[in-house]
Formats: sequence, structure tokens, C-alpha cells
Amino acid sequence: MKRALCMIVFALLAMQSVALAVRPDEMLSDPALEARAREIGQSLRCLVCQNQSIDDSDADLAHDLRLIVRQRLMIGDSDEGVRRYIVARYGDYVLLKPPFKPETYALWLGPLALLIAASLGIFFFYRKQKT
Amino acid sequence: MMRRVLFMLPIVIFTALVAFCAWRLILIARGDTPDLIPSVITDHPAPAFDLPSLLADQTGLKTSDLKGHVTLINFFASWCVPCRAEHPLLIGLKGKGAVLAGMAYKTKPDEAKAWLTEMGDPYDVIATDYDGRTAIDFGVYGVPETYLIDKKGIIRFKQTGPLTSEVIRDRLLPMIGELNQ
Repeated sequence: MKRALCMIVFALLAMQSVALAVRPDEMLSDPALEARAREIGQSLRCLVCQNQSIDDSDADLAHDLRLIVRQRLMIGDSDEGVRRYIVARYGDYVLLKPPFKPETYALWLGPLALLIAASLGIFFFYRKQKT
Repeated sequence: MMRRVLFMLPIVIFTALVAFCAWRLILIARGDTPDLIPSVITDHPAPAFDLPSLLADQTGLKTSDLKGHVTLINFFASWCVPCRAEHPLLIGLKGKGAVLAGMAYKTKPDEAKAWLTEMGDPYDVIATDYDGRTAIDFGVYGVPETYLIDKKGIIRFKQTGPLTSEVIRDRLLPMIGELNQ
């Protein structure tokens, strides 16, 4: 019984999403635009609390950036256009998901290279032991 | 022979790792902390802006005002503690070959004026960036931040966080001298 209760509590905790810092007065009246703003906001890093997205951060700068995202959407900018607008000011660092380009090849391909190297190492190690 | 090389490999990797960590730690001690975001605006023209003046007897500041002389733009705020530490150094930069432009970031004009009365006013011109919009166009993510701009209006150097006497001596003053030639 106790165990079941615990499981329910943890299941509920897991389902709960992180509280957003987006204030009601920031939100756009158009739900479709607001949904796009949320998606963009969650992909942008807050420059002040650097492991939070601008949607999660209570920092003043995050608030300002959320407003800019919404302003850009209101004048008809695309999602990619809005991201480019912010990246032009703060660089790729502001993107929580780093782009795939020569500077980040090591980041994206490094784990794969390590996996291949380790697999080869293990393969040759065991083949040698058998003989 | 092959076995011996393999045997040494972990030690070599470990030594390389320690060397890398030591190198990063030295850089961090010198101020290159991981939260320092590399500037993307350096070597690009200053963004378009046109801000009102803080003081009634001065004109404001706009992008075209940056042409023709070396400018040092300093974003500061009356509520910013590191700005207090930096301020005496700015006063020391007066008349050293750059027009000193202050940007009162998210600071009420009265509070900015009171702060300058208390701390001294090093600036040749002071603009108010009350909503912080121009600061975002510059890529400011915390005050103080300082930008060195050449005669053509191109940003040549950015200091994130307060200026230090080392940065002024080793980087800023030599660059100002160079840009004035």
C-alpha cells in the first residue's frame, strides 16, 4: 500500500513540467503564435542563468528576450529568423542545442568516434586472447 | 614491445588529461571563466541606436556619433556593484585618447545622476538605455560591459565585466593608441 502510494507520488512528480517563468502579461493573445514563442523560448539559453532556457529563467534579461521573440513573431518573422536575430547578438552559445558545423564536429561526432575506437579495442583484445 | 606501449597508454592519457585541466584552470584564474560568452559583435559595426541623453545640457548618443574618433562605450547601472569597483579606473581613462560614452542601463535618470555625483563623472557623453534594448543589440548580458569602437564605428574590443588595471594597461590603452594613428 505504502509502496503503491510512493509510486503514484513519484509518477505525478515526473509528469509535472518545470514551472515556466513566462508571465501572463507577456503572452500573446494568438495561441498559435504563443505556442511558437514557447518553442523558440525553450531552445534559447538564458545568458544570466546559463543552464536555463529563457522560458524557465526569472532573470530580467530572459524576460526582455521573451518579449523580443514575441515582437519578432508579431511582425511575421519565421522561427528560424527569430533564432537568427538572437544568435546575431549573442552567438551560437545562446542556442541550447548547438548547431552542427565544423566548430562543433568534435562535439557531435566525438562520442561516436569514442564508441568506435572502444569497440575496435575490445574486439582486438578478445581476438588476441582466443588465439 | 607492443604490450609495453599499451601498458603506458593509460598513464599517457592521464597525464594529458591533467595537463589539459591545469591549462583550463590557469585560464580561469586569468579571468577566462566558462560563463564568459564569446562576443560575436567584435570586428562588426556598432548596432543602430539613438538614445536620449541623461543630462539636460548634453545631446544624446546615436550610431553616427561614433564616427571620426575612438569611442569607449561603458554600460553601467546605479544598482551594479562591480560598476562601483570599476568606476575609479574609468575616471583614470579620461583624456587618454578615447571619447568616454556612458550608457545608463536600466537605471532611472535620477538614480544615475545621484550615482555620478557620488562617484564622479568620467563620461564625455551619457545616454540612457532605460529599457535595455540597445544593450541587447550590443550583446550585453550583464553590467558592466565596455566596448572599444574605432573611428569608423567598428567594435574592436569588448570587456565583459568590470575593467581591471591589467586589462587597461595591457589591452585597452595600446589599442586606443593604435586606433588613433
